[in-house]
Amino acid sequence: METNQNHLAIPIIKIPQGRLGMWVLIAGELVIFGGLICCYLLFRIRYPHWGAMAANTNTFIGALNTVVLLLSSYTIVRAHGAAVKLDIAKARLWMMCTLLGGVMFLVDKSIEYAHEISEGFTFTSPKLVAAGDHVGSLFWSFYYIMTGLHGAHVLAGMTAIFIVMMQIRKGNNMHRVELVGMYWHMVDLIWIFLFPLLYIAK
Amino acid sequence: MENLHHKKSFWSKYIFSTDHKTIGIQYMVMGMFMAGVGGYLAYVFRYNLAFPGKSIPFYGMLGAEQYNAFVTIHGMIMVFWVGMPVLLSAFGNFLIPIMIGTDDMAFPTLNALSVQIFFLSAVILIASFFVPGGAFGGGWTMYPPFSAGGYLNHNPDFFKALFSGTSLLILAVALEFVAMLMGGINFLVTTVNKRAKGMTPWKIPVIIWFLNIGAVIFMFSVGPLVAGAFMLLFDNVLGTGFYDPHRGGDPMLWEHLFWFFGHPEVYVLLLPSLGVLAEIVPVFSRKPLFAYKTIIYLALLSAFLSVLVWAHHQFVAGIDPRMATFFSIGTILISIPFAGIFLSYMATLWGGKITMKVPMLWAIGFIGLFLIGGLTGLFLGSNTFDIYAHDTYFVVAHFHYTLFPDIFFGFFAAFYFWFPKFSGKELNPKLGKWHFWLTFIFFNGLFFLLFFNGLAGQHRRINDYSSFSLISREPYQTFEQIATISAIGLILSQFIFLYNFISTLRSNRKSVKNPWESTTLEWLSDSPPPHGNFNPYPVVYRGAYDYSLPDVPEDFTPQNVPNPNNN
Repeated sequence: METNQNHLAIPIIKIPQGRLGMWVLIAGELVIFGGLICCYLLFRIRYPHWGAMAANTNTFIGALNTVVLLLSSYTIVRAHGAAVKLDIAKARLWMMCTLLGGVMFLVDKSIEYAHEISEGFTFTSPKLVAAGDHVGSLFWSFYYIMTGLHGAHVLAGMTAIFIVMMQIRKGNNMHRVELVGMYWHMVDLIWIFLFPLLYIAK
Repeated sequence: MENLHHKKSFWSKYIFSTDHKTIGIQYMVMGMFMAGVGGYLAYVFRYNLAFPGKSIPFYGMLGAEQYNAFVTIHGMIMVFWVGMPVLLSAFGNFLIPIMIGTDDMAFPTLNALSVQIFFLSAVILIASFFVPGGAFGGGWTMYPPFSAGGYLNHNPDFFKALFSGTSLLILAVALEFVAMLMGGINFLVTTVNKRAKGMTPWKIPVIIWFLNIGAVIFMFSVGPLVAGAFMLLFDNVLGTGFYDPHRGGDPMLWEHLFWFFGHPEVYVLLLPSLGVLAEIVPVFSRKPLFAYKTIIYLALLSAFLSVLVWAHHQFVAGIDPRMATFFSIGTILISIPFAGIFLSYMATLWGGKITMKVPMLWAIGFIGLFLIGGLTGLFLGSNTFDIYAHDTYFVVAHFHYTLFPDIFFGFFAAFYFWFPKFSGKELNPKLGKWHFWLTFIFFNGLFFLLFFNGLAGQHRRINDYSSFSLISREPYQTFEQIATISAIGLILSQFIFLYNFISTLRSNRKSVKNPWESTTLEWLSDSPPPHGNFNPYPVVYRGAYDYSLPDVPEDFTPQNVPNPNNN
């Protein structure tokens, strides 16, 4: 499964190249979100008022999206299982399910964004600023930057899954199913942190 | 295998190549070009400092705003577009595969993408000089409120704000980080997975260890700054208030995010150069490296400490004095591992058969100059002294005494040492010595007197001292002039190097295969190394520093010579 061109060098730690690279990439991504979440937490502790702002987020859609992402993570695990058995048709079917989950997540998110924007909670929330609630408007800046960056990762993960789905059509690069799966789990994991921080903690 | 490749065009061979050696050379050439840009900026604002109000040859009059922009971009270029590509990317790409005995990086395509993104970032940086309003001039640390347009402007014009010097600088830095992250992934995976047979962790040359430790520190400190850069960009183009205290934000947040990355970054730059010393000093002393394992452990310790010291850049920013004490102690502690590493190099020199060839001159010059930079760093690490010296020329002299030897002496040591490897030609050693001595003398002329300017209280962010009669008193203005004349001399002496470089490339002074009689794997391959590097691939039996072994006729034993004692 692993394509190591350097047949003469014997790796001492036997982790396939792609998997190791993906682990390093995931570590790098996690520090980006870690830094963002730390900044958010510091402000959250400073401003108890943010609880009232978080009450305006839609917990139902947030919870639904959590379930959707968890299910899509399950389907990508099944895709990996099928890929290991070299069952191309099944692997592609399960990947398709994950893609559907990603689409559903983004649709939910758009409905949610549309609702919040119509209530005047935007990146800069001019309505809150006009009412003198500067601290509240900062909550929404954080809300949009955190969910927006996560949404961009969802989109990136879906693109990667789509590309790999095309690649494995003729049985090439089957090991990449696992790699995009790892990335998708990371996207899922980050959401598990964002959901309580932005929706539940009121 | 080499013969099966058909002749490649210039573009696919030199521009869009995925070969690690070509990519290393691309990074090096781009870094050298950017060093020229940064040096030119330094020349312009140094001239303005020494002779305020005079027209500057090859530039013209320099206004106060342009002065600020030039100083800012000089700092940015020298750290992110010279130090990073030359020390981390050029050394890493060129040396890692060939010193661990393999054919290429783990992900060659990713590697090529990284160099292209780096090129794009350099273009955006230089373009920022030519947008309306000019390049960003708020200092290379980009502190808000200078860098956050939204601070003053709650409803910025999106496109106008996006194409301002500030936003372009943030974008360029972000792209540069992406390029370096891709490189870092490659370094780690290559070193873990692709070593030659027998190359166990304790047989890896120190420079490979250090490049990887540097890549790890970079990856784990840059993340929060990437997030912070997004926030800064949104403050600029959308008018959010992440760093605006009036709107609940906090400008101190940026300082913490910046220095949480910015201080480890110093060690990201320092470790590759220290690795170069570890390769050069034993070769020219004909002795094994002293305390190889201890050096690695000390570097790991310094990597750990490096993320605990960042707030020593913020002693005057109004942080809690109790916190300042913590960071003072951390800062003074981190000098211990580095002192240990330098002492190991000096112990390697002790009793060795030292030959002062050109790479060795640069290495010894590095050790001597860095000592001054390191010792003044101890003063500044103590918050009581730092509050007095902060933002004076003392700090300027201190960090140039650390970063200049680190970036340029480290680079030149490596360049003179590995030039025969990547070109197969031999540089003119006489010109090399001229280059070294002139650089060494002019560098000291440039920065040593500035320590006294700083102690006399001269502030470092003033473009024209003639308006401040209290601090423009003699002899400090004369010191500024000596510094500027030395700076011009320093820049001119680099032309000796350029001449040597280009004339050697055009000549046919062939180098022998292993000119310095070194033990490491890269000298087993042809010079310049072919695509694929080795045929057959080497097998490693011993550590990287087996010089002057007893009972061996030659005074060096390459890593691929079987070791009867320990197989």
